[in-house]
Amino acid sequence: MAVTDSARTVTHGDVPLPSLIFRVNALFLRHEWIRGYTLLSPTLLVMVMLMCLPVFMLVTYSFWTQNYLDIDRTFTLANYEAFFQKPIYVALIMKSIRMSLFCTFATIILAYPMAYFIAFKVKSNKLVWLILITVPFWTSYLLRVFAWKVILGYNGVVNSGLISVGLIDEPLQFLLYNPTAVVLTLAHAWAAFAILPIYVSLEKIDRSYLEAATDLGDTPSERFWRVTWPLSLPGVIAAGLLVFIPTVADYVTPRLVGGTTGIMIGNIIQSQFGKANNWPLGAALSVIVMLMIAFLVVVFIVTTTRGRAKSA
Amino acid sequence: MARDDYISMRNTSKHFGSVKAVDDVTFDIGEGEFFSLLGASGCGKTTLLRMLAGFEQPTLGNIFIDGQPQAGVPPHHRPVNMVFQNYAIFPHLNVNRNIAYGMRKSGLSKAEIDRRVDEMLDLIKLPGYGARGAHQLSGGQRQRVALARALIKQPKVLLLDEPLGALDKKLREQMQLELRALQRDVGITFVFVTHDQEEAMTMSDRIAVMSLGKVLQIDSPARLYEVPQVKEVADFIGTVNLFEGAIKGREGDSTIVDAEGLGTVRSTASGAEAPEAGPITVAIRPEKFQLTFSEPETSGNMVTGTMQAAAYLGDRSHYYVTVDGREAPIAVAAQNAERQLSVLGQHHERVWLTWNDDSALLLTA
Repeated sequence: MAVTDSARTVTHGDVPLPSLIFRVNALFLRHEWIRGYTLLSPTLLVMVMLMCLPVFMLVTYSFWTQNYLDIDRTFTLANYEAFFQKPIYVALIMKSIRMSLFCTFATIILAYPMAYFIAFKVKSNKLVWLILITVPFWTSYLLRVFAWKVILGYNGVVNSGLISVGLIDEPLQFLLYNPTAVVLTLAHAWAAFAILPIYVSLEKIDRSYLEAATDLGDTPSERFWRVTWPLSLPGVIAAGLLVFIPTVADYVTPRLVGGTTGIMIGNIIQSQFGKANNWPLGAALSVIVMLMIAFLVVVFIVTTTRGRAKSA
Repeated sequence: MARDDYISMRNTSKHFGSVKAVDDVTFDIGEGEFFSLLGASGCGKTTLLRMLAGFEQPTLGNIFIDGQPQAGVPPHHRPVNMVFQNYAIFPHLNVNRNIAYGMRKSGLSKAEIDRRVDEMLDLIKLPGYGARGAHQLSGGQRQRVALARALIKQPKVLLLDEPLGALDKKLREQMQLELRALQRDVGITFVFVTHDQEEAMTMSDRIAVMSLGKVLQIDSPARLYEVPQVKEVADFIGTVNLFEGAIKGREGDSTIVDAEGLGTVRSTASGAEAPEAGPITVAIRPEKFQLTFSEPETSGNMVTGTMQAAAYLGDRSHYYVTVDGREAPIAVAAQNAERQLSVLGQHHERVWLTWNDDSALLLTA
C-alpha cells in the first residue's frame, strides 16, 4: 500500500492531471443522481421560471395592499380577512367546487362508455379512434365554447330545430346562460382528458380476468362491476383529477355561457386582476382556491387509495 | 357408475375465417378421467378447450357434457371451470376473495363459504395464505389458487390450459404429481392441454394427440409410445428412427420388410392396419437397439455401421450410427446401468446394432 501511495505522489508532478472532460465523465458515471438532474435540468429550469416564480409572486402579492394606482408593500392579512368577511366569496368557491364536481361526474359518465368501446369493442385501427377523439382539440378552446353558444342559443341549433319540428312555438330560454350550460360545455371540452386515462386503464386489463369471471359464473354486468370497474379505477381517478382541477377555476366558459347565475370564482379572480384592479385581493383569492383544490385532491387520493388497499 | 361418454365431441369443427383450427373431431372423455390434449402450438388443442368452456362456439358439430348439448350455453351457465394459462388471479382481490369469487350465487351462507375456502386452502397446501394479495404470490402459489378457485365450485369438468407452462422445471415436475394426486382425490374429470409430451404422459389416463386441427390418436401413454398408429404420433411422442421400406412377404405372425439401411427386417408389431404389400415405414425407438462393439452372435435382426457421434448424459448415453444405404444416422439410446468412465465409442469405430422382432413397428408410409 505504502509503495503504491508513494509512487502516485511521485508521478503526480510530471504526468498532467486527467483532463476536465475526463473528470466530468467520471463524475457522471459514478453518481446516478447527477445524470438524473442533468437530464431534468431544461424542464426543471422552465418549471422554476414559469411556475414556482409566479406562484411565489402571487403569494407575495396576497400579503400586500392596493392603493388606487400603486401598491403598499407592507405585510398585511387584510386580503384574507376580506375573503372571510364577505360571504359571497365563500359561497362562490363552494358553488364552483360543486359545479366542477358535477362536471367531473358528468364527464366521466360520458367518457367511460366511449373508452370502454374503444378498449373492448374496436378490434383494429384503435389509433384512428383515439385520433378522432382528439379532433375537437384541433380548434381552439374558445371556438368550442362559442360552438356551444351557437347550439344552445336563443336562435341556436336546438331551438330552431325544435321549432321547425313543431315541438315548441317559442325558443327555449333555459338552455343557455345558466350553470347547466357551463357544466355541459366544460364536460364536452374536457372529455378527451377523461377518455384517454380511462381507455389506458381498461386496455391494460388482461382479457383472461374477464374470461375467468365469466367462467366462475358472472353474467356480463356482474363481471363489469366485480372486475372491470375496480380494475379501471386508477384511470377513473386520474380522469377525475384531470377534469376537476382545471375546471374549478375556469373563467372563460362561465363568462361566455354561464350568464349571471353561472358565474364561478374564476370570474371574480379575473376581475380583480382586470376591471377591479385589486391584484392583492385577486392573489389572495387565487391562493385560497389553490389550497382548497389541493386539500380536496389530497383527501380524494388518500380515501381512494385507502379504500383500494383495504379491498385488495 | 362412471360413464365413458361424460364429454362427447360430435363432428366438432371450429373455423376462423379460412383456417380450420379444429377440424371435424369426434371422441368421448370418460367420467373421472384425466384426459390430455397434446400437440404443438397451433394444433387446435386450446381452441377445443375453449369450446368446452364456452368461450368459442363450434362452427359445426356439437359438444355434450354429461349428456347435455352445450350449443348456445354461455360460459357462466356451463358445469365446467377453467384454470387459465396465466392463472388470471384477480389482482384487486386477496386469496380468500379470489377463491370465493364464484361462490356468490351458490346460495351458501357466508360462514359456510369461508369454511369451504379454508378447506380449499388446506387442499392446495396454502393454509393461512387467505389474506395475501395476488401480487404477493409466487408462480406456483398462483397456480394453486387458480386451481382452488375452480375446484371450490365442484365443476363436472375442470379444464386446464397449460397451467404448468410458466413454472420452472423442478416445480413443474412436483406440481405434475400433486395435480395427479389431487385429481384422484376429488374425482373430477380433468381435461388438460399441454404441448409437453412428458407432462402429458406423467399425468394422463389417456392422451389425444392433435395436429392441424385433427385428432391423430387417443390412447394411454404407454400405447401411444409403444403402438403409435401413424408416423406423426410416433415422431411427436419421444424420438423414433423411421426407415422407408417395402413389404416382401409374410412368415406366420411376422412380416418381412426390406428397409433402407437395415436390410431385411422381421417385424411382429404393426401400428394401424399394415398393407399386404407395397411401401411401408419401419419405426424403431432408439432404446430398442442394443449396441455392441464386437459382432454379436445372433440369428435375429442385425446391422453394422460406424459411430458418428456419442453423447454421455449421465443416466444414459446417446449414440448416432451411420449405416450403408441411409443418409441420416440411426439414433441409439443406452442406459448406463453400470458405472463407466471411458467406454464411449470412438469416432468412426465399427459397431453392431441388434433389435427384437417386436421392436420394429410397421406404419403406413
